[in-house]
Amino acid sequence: MRKELEKYFRTEKLPHIWCPGCSHGILTGAVVRAIDNLKLDQKKICIVSGIGCSSRAPGYLNFYTLHTTHGRALAFATGIKLANPDLKVIVLTGDGDCAAIGGNHFIHAARRNIDITTIVFNNSIYGMTSGQYSPMTPKGSYATTAPYGNIDRNFDLCKLAQSAGATYVARGTVYHIPQLIKIIEKALQHKGFSLVDAVSICPTYFGRKNKMGSPVKMMEFIRDVSIPIKSAEKLSKEELAGKILIGEFYEEQAPEYTEEYAKVIEKSQEGD
Amino acid sequence: MSSKARLMQGNEACVEGAIAAGMRFYAGYPITPSTEIAELSAEMLPKVGGKFIQMEDEIASMGAVIGASLTGLKAMTATSGPGFSLKQENIGFASLTEVPCVIVNVQRGGPSTGLPTLPAQGDVMQARWGTHGDHPIIVLSPSYVKEVYELTIRAFNLSEKYRVPCILLMDEVVAHMREKVELPDPSTIKIINRKKPDPSIVNYEPYRDYDGDGIPPMASFGEGIPFHVTGLIHDVTGFPSTNAKVTEALITRLMKKIYDNLDDIVDYECISVEDAETVIISFGSTARSVLRAVHLMRQEGHKIGMIRLKTIWPFAYKAIQNLSSAVKNLIVAEMNFGQLVETVRASAGGRFEVSGLNKFNGELITPDEVIAKVKEVMGRA
Amino acid sequence: MVSEKKFKISINDRTCKRCGICIAFCPKKVFSSENGKPVVVNLDACTKCKLCELRCPDYAIVVGGEEDEQ
Repeated sequence: MRKELEKYFRTEKLPHIWCPGCSHGILTGAVVRAIDNLKLDQKKICIVSGIGCSSRAPGYLNFYTLHTTHGRALAFATGIKLANPDLKVIVLTGDGDCAAIGGNHFIHAARRNIDITTIVFNNSIYGMTSGQYSPMTPKGSYATTAPYGNIDRNFDLCKLAQSAGATYVARGTVYHIPQLIKIIEKALQHKGFSLVDAVSICPTYFGRKNKMGSPVKMMEFIRDVSIPIKSAEKLSKEELAGKILIGEFYEEQAPEYTEEYAKVIEKSQEGD
Repeated sequence: MSSKARLMQGNEACVEGAIAAGMRFYAGYPITPSTEIAELSAEMLPKVGGKFIQMEDEIASMGAVIGASLTGLKAMTATSGPGFSLKQENIGFASLTEVPCVIVNVQRGGPSTGLPTLPAQGDVMQARWGTHGDHPIIVLSPSYVKEVYELTIRAFNLSEKYRVPCILLMDEVVAHMREKVELPDPSTIKIINRKKPDPSIVNYEPYRDYDGDGIPPMASFGEGIPFHVTGLIHDVTGFPSTNAKVTEALITRLMKKIYDNLDDIVDYECISVEDAETVIISFGSTARSVLRAVHLMRQEGHKIGMIRLKTIWPFAYKAIQNLSSAVKNLIVAEMNFGQLVETVRASAGGRFEVSGLNKFNGELITPDEVIAKVKEVMGRA
Repeated sequence: MVSEKKFKISINDRTCKRCGICIAFCPKKVFSSENGKPVVVNLDACTKCKLCELRCPDYAIVVGGEEDEQ
């Protein structure tokens, strides 16, 4: 590991538990590099996660770190941010953790526009429990609980976040890593609720079950199906089928929750 | 500041007590019959620089409370049966991670949606064992509006002192009843704050029992010391472990920090038990009817007394064991099908006849019903 | 092979899990596989784009010698 990044890691906990080729390590590295590039104050950063493979990331990171219950990271994070708005609060979560069991917390955190950056390690599967389909598993894919093919339709997490009220919404992939780091930097600098849908690979469970081959083959697949939003505008619905749209979907400056609450405090004390 | 008498509702006394105890964060979700606690917290907290948030559900409000407490704020939530069920997941998290917090459960008739506006005491066992796994918990139960104020403060104090979730188990009657209350001068109230790590500690380990009292000092997120908190079984460093010795040591410490301090935690009131042949055990609003019955029967010359539990969990084993051999019968009066009675029976160890006076139809146990039950038991003897 | 370049590419054997991502996606084919393990075979071609380092899931690669890190 590069010397200047070591301070952000609990290096004695490495190597991490993730499988060979699991791109959660790439994503965790991207988060750290974005923090380092922005020179954020390490002692003002709190990283919160839920349950699953992705949610083991904070354990390797040298910040205030909280590994909560399944799906609840954003609920805990909301308490932390409102209680201490000086903290930069980052939620690292997975597609199952965020979009299934945590779906309600996700839309409401977005609705409040509370200043939390949520990075979804989206590998389309429940990895920790060994390969069940998630709300982000593409229709038709296989999973241990979809042995005949998945009939559930999957969420577009970016559209969901935007319509729920998130004020920065972007998607990147573990293949397009320099771009992803830039996106995470923008999300971290954004005031309000920011979502980064980070498309990741699970070679062990999603890859094997869907006969996608090695981690390299899965990375190639992501490379080949990803299209920048701008290019996608020129394509027909048929041409877009099965494609991953990447880039910044939405950005807006809107009143942030903890700042609005500071006004409530002021108002309540008027005339005292 | 001069204290003056006010007509106050139980739920209102709860918020007054919480703020006096230092509550600066509340997260909740609307539910009858606890909603006034949220409404008053929303109004009063910002006035003292505190924070209120109405979360999207009960689970989230428990999570937010734990998050806020980890930053150093004293935090509370309030709910009723259905919400209490939902909160259990994160109550377990707070137990294991030793994050102080207060959970108010204004009990209503159950199970399920049950009787939203009617009283019950059906969550006695859920308050103790509602979340999965062996875990520590403290449960207090007030009988009077004034006592709601006092026990809310005590709930915060015990929660901070022992780093354990503390449940204020009220019932709908006490929560909605209005009584004349004279609040004490705030300067006379004893406030306990969580133990902080000694600044001389290098390489702070968040779950090390530095002082040998079973209670690790607690740093806050944002104070400068990075540390890890997880709902997985962890070692003294706070990181996950599946080691059998580590697991055993952690669970043992969690339980012992409560069971080694029963004299400090367990509180109850004995009334006329010295020469009693029949003793009634009760708590919450039921204890008020029992008190009336004891008073009336004493006037008739019956040797009857009562134990009113202010701490329900850990259970007041000593109160039962200390009863004299003059006692023949114990009656446990509770607004449920019979929950605490089993624990009393176990504590009695065969020394006394134990029977239950139970009511679970949304109506109070009346003094007349208590008297009838006592006479029935005495007639049997 | 003696290299003209002043920097080096270091690979940490302890943390490398042999996923092959660095080998496959190096734009200049700097790495070769030795039973799955990446070895630097063409340092001269390296442009220091650091994609291998950024894409390594195990933080096992550092591109650039000490003078680069100052």
